[in-house]
Amino acid sequence: MLNIFCPHCGEQRSEEEFHTAGQAHIPRPLDPSTCTDEEWGEYLFFRDNPRGLHHELWIHAAGCRQYFNVTRDTLSYEIFETYKIGEKPSVTAKAKSAPLTSRTAGAKA
Amino acid sequence: MSQINRLSRGGRIDRSQPLSFSFNGQTYQGYAGDTLAAALLANGVDVVGRSFKYSRPRGIVAAGCEEPNAVLQIGSTEAATIPNVRATQQALYAGLTASSVNGWPSVNTDLMGILGKVGGGMMPPGFYYKTFMYPQNLWLTYEKYIRKAAGLGRAPKENDPDSYDYMNQHCDVLVVGGGAAGLAAALAAGRSGARVILADEQEEFGGHLLDSRETLDGKPASEWVAKVLAELAGMAEVTLLPRATVHGYHDHNFLTIHERRTDHLGETAPLGQVRQRLHRVRATRVVLATGAHERPLVYSNNDVPGNMLAGAVSTYVRRYGVAPGKRLVLSTTNDYAYRVALDWLEAGLQVVAIADARPNPKGAWVEEARAKGVRIMTGSAVIEARGSKRVSAACVARIDAKAHKVTSSGDWLDCDLVASSGGYSPVVHLASHLGGRPVWREDILAFVPGEGFQQRVCAGAVNGVFALGDVLTDGFEAGVKAATETGFKPVSGELPKVFGRHEEPSIALFQVPHDKSTARAPKQFVDQQNDVTAAGIELATREGFESVEHVKRYTALGFGTDQGKLGNINGLAIAARSMGISITQMGTTMFRPNYTPVSFGAVAGRNCGALFDPVRYTALHSWHLKNGAEFEDVGQWKRPWYFPKRGEDMHAAVGRECKAVRDSVGILDASTLGKIDIQGPDAREFLNRVYTNAWTKLDVGKARYGLMCKEDGMVFDDGVTACLADNHFVMTTTTGGAARVMQWLEIYQQTEWPELKVYFTSVTDHWATMTLSGPNSRKLLAEVTDIDLGKDAFPFMTWKEGLVGGVPARVFRISFTGELSYEVNVQADYAMGVLEKIVAAGKKYNLTPYGTETMHVLRAEKGFIIVGQETDGSVTPDDLNMGWCVGRTKPFSWIGWRGMNRQDCMRENRKQLVGLKPVNPDKVLPEGAQLVFDPKQPVPMSMVGHVTSSYFSTSMGYSFALALVKGGLKRMGERVFAPLADGTLIEAEIVSSVFLDPKGDRQNI
Repeated sequence: MLNIFCPHCGEQRSEEEFHTAGQAHIPRPLDPSTCTDEEWGEYLFFRDNPRGLHHELWIHAAGCRQYFNVTRDTLSYEIFETYKIGEKPSVTAKAKSAPLTSRTAGAKA
Repeated sequence: MSQINRLSRGGRIDRSQPLSFSFNGQTYQGYAGDTLAAALLANGVDVVGRSFKYSRPRGIVAAGCEEPNAVLQIGSTEAATIPNVRATQQALYAGLTASSVNGWPSVNTDLMGILGKVGGGMMPPGFYYKTFMYPQNLWLTYEKYIRKAAGLGRAPKENDPDSYDYMNQHCDVLVVGGGAAGLAAALAAGRSGARVILADEQEEFGGHLLDSRETLDGKPASEWVAKVLAELAGMAEVTLLPRATVHGYHDHNFLTIHERRTDHLGETAPLGQVRQRLHRVRATRVVLATGAHERPLVYSNNDVPGNMLAGAVSTYVRRYGVAPGKRLVLSTTNDYAYRVALDWLEAGLQVVAIADARPNPKGAWVEEARAKGVRIMTGSAVIEARGSKRVSAACVARIDAKAHKVTSSGDWLDCDLVASSGGYSPVVHLASHLGGRPVWREDILAFVPGEGFQQRVCAGAVNGVFALGDVLTDGFEAGVKAATETGFKPVSGELPKVFGRHEEPSIALFQVPHDKSTARAPKQFVDQQNDVTAAGIELATREGFESVEHVKRYTALGFGTDQGKLGNINGLAIAARSMGISITQMGTTMFRPNYTPVSFGAVAGRNCGALFDPVRYTALHSWHLKNGAEFEDVGQWKRPWYFPKRGEDMHAAVGRECKAVRDSVGILDASTLGKIDIQGPDAREFLNRVYTNAWTKLDVGKARYGLMCKEDGMVFDDGVTACLADNHFVMTTTTGGAARVMQWLEIYQQTEWPELKVYFTSVTDHWATMTLSGPNSRKLLAEVTDIDLGKDAFPFMTWKEGLVGGVPARVFRISFTGELSYEVNVQADYAMGVLEKIVAAGKKYNLTPYGTETMHVLRAEKGFIIVGQETDGSVTPDDLNMGWCVGRTKPFSWIGWRGMNRQDCMRENRKQLVGLKPVNPDKVLPEGAQLVFDPKQPVPMSMVGHVTSSYFSTSMGYSFALALVKGGLKRMGERVFAPLADGTLIEAEIVSSVFLDPKGDRQNI
């Protein structure tokens, strides 16, 4: 069970108090009417599924009810940072490559 | 019956406390301090079960959780029965009732055994798949008998009388394992002041120190154990958990501990006590001191009762005072097993011979045994055992371990016990639970923990450190490291002195060669619980299953309740040899929680029965009970479904309730509707963006119905929102959608439009809502309120504040029945008093309480939708013929607008909401029935829609339904057919979805 730091409450709390809400940083198009059906479909339905670093939207559902972002490694489940909506992540795939751990190193090709 | 194998002295048992127990119907005696396995062995019980596939007799092999065979059904009653209890981990209590989990008619005369003998050679891995595959439809028949013959335990048929619970814990250092390393680690961490939990799966702390012949400071090791425990017990921040298995190491150092608090006391927990507890621990650091399991050697007939792990023999002799035989033959690859021979001699029993696979062993233990005159056969191993229900002889031959060959003819030695040791496998399970792969160390011939995503320190045997002195040091250092990493000052301390001995490395031997090939030699068992043999694994690799995960799945290696604790390493070593690759190349299978089985009771904890899910009651619940309501579950809410009078069935009650509302007045508890208080200068703009219709011009005092869509344009909630003040609205949602809508509003405000100043508060429970509906509702309400209810003073779709029944109320004039209706909202704790006043005043109007069923019928007669009944996430407002509720000219591109303008949503011939009128007015269409235009077409027919709501209307005198039908709005007057499962057909006419009062005259009076 993940241990998540809520940037609004300023506390480390158990995953049970939170819900994930999918990939972070997917802004709603400012003028949806100018989107083609394909662009709109892209916005609505298509999400990344990276192996490694991922920015996710979470809500402290059983706490302060606030949304925030989490930078998490989908392999090791390590959480590098949590930050408020509107803020930019300081850990990104470019700045930091996810550590190659024994989970990958030991796996059979 | 006397305990024929009980030694006259020794052991940590209490001989003054004899305990009776029964096994397979026979009564035996053991002593307090015994495990069930020790007591069975003491009584000379050789056969404890029959094997899974070949039905061979099986006996006790081990003394701990790694036991594959002694897996028993415990409990004397159906409510108390527990399947698959390891006899080696079950403490004996007075009256314990145990039986084998398989074997028919009994484990000693088993009919399946004959099948095993006759058909054994014809039952290779994959046998069931290969044999019973065809014809496919008979598999269900085969399976029933195969399962019956092979069963491992039986689930109880009655409710467990015991209770279980959870405990959430936080600690600086969690020490897993209370053996030498764990005790030393707990001591170091505890002395530093850290908050420590020490958990151990056995009845007593101490691990192998409890049965070790080694001394600490010249005294028995158990004395040091007692001293350490006394010191730990005196530390305020240290928690000791015996009988507690750490069974899962989860993300972010979250570990789960299965504590068996009363399993040692009896088959049900003493009054007021919890039987088992699940500790959910967040530990800053973990010290894994999980020790090692001895690895048995794989030789022919190694499963005949009387074949045991070497270390287990020592444990039974020294800890329980039980000798599981008289004449011992030992087969080993290492020095440690010699201790078993010394223990055996000390108990006054005969060591027939020690076969050591090493050509020239000279370690201190070896020399000690040699000095006592024990026959040591070097460069040799037991290659085969003989016996049916008990070992009677063992064949020892010279072997070349490297070349996997027998180099001499075998020497058959009379004996009744063969103990084997192929070295030690560190218990790397927990260390590998997050995916960290263990690493093979050729120098000690064992897997040790690899890297993992865990904040942990490994100590002792799990680290590949086996010599006692080193184990203690390793444990203490690990404790210091864990404590300092959590911010505590390091401590130093004297560790007890261990007598130093010369030790020699062991030799790599897993499967012992036989003079016949593996395929022809008598069976060499790798996994006894699943009857996996060395030949089976070779066959799997020959058939092309090369990955260890595939070998595992094909042969079922490690699939038992023991998860292959004894067999897995041997199995993958055999697979590696058979494929000509190294063990490192082969790798291990994944280790996953749980380490040992956890009972469902512990998993459920208190979350069962009435506490399984919270139940929500409205403020008027007791009134409903008093008035005979039948209830319906709506989400977590209990809502009155209908109020039957004496002798009435549901149909009659609903008919009466409907008529009362249409003729006079009815009252409904609508408190469960979601209510969200919305405030802020941008509240109105926000509503414009989340609802499909326009809110700009809604004046203070007015209310409006709104539809909510998701971005894809599909309806997901609806309800009435009223304007309380220019910056203040109250929104109602569906009962089931309240939480969903709240989160929906929050996510848009917080992540998309944080610039909008608007705040949401759930007030569902603050207000109780009573709906008065029917032509007499105005007259009735007027008697209990000071609000002017005049047609023009209080028109439809407005709300007023005032007193109702003497308390402040908000009254909304809105209608879900099509009748003149008032929704009275009062503070929830006043609701009962208000209701009583309304009911008293309502007598002369035949005020009738009605439930959700009547509400559903009444709204359907008016064609009002229920989200989730008429909609299913694929229905747009236009599909519902509710285009009037879509603000097509709103400036902001509100949620759903772009979605509903996608090509597919604009398409002709979408399924649309219509009314259906069965041709036979007494036939009620089943809800969910599929519809076709042409009932004569061949099966499978083309479906054109389905029935969403269907009732018999008492007020109209005929049955009717709402349905989604392809292009339905352009098919008024046409016929559809519902072909039902029973072969009958219901014919219906497509009509408008509004059956009653299409102009709305009844509500506008």
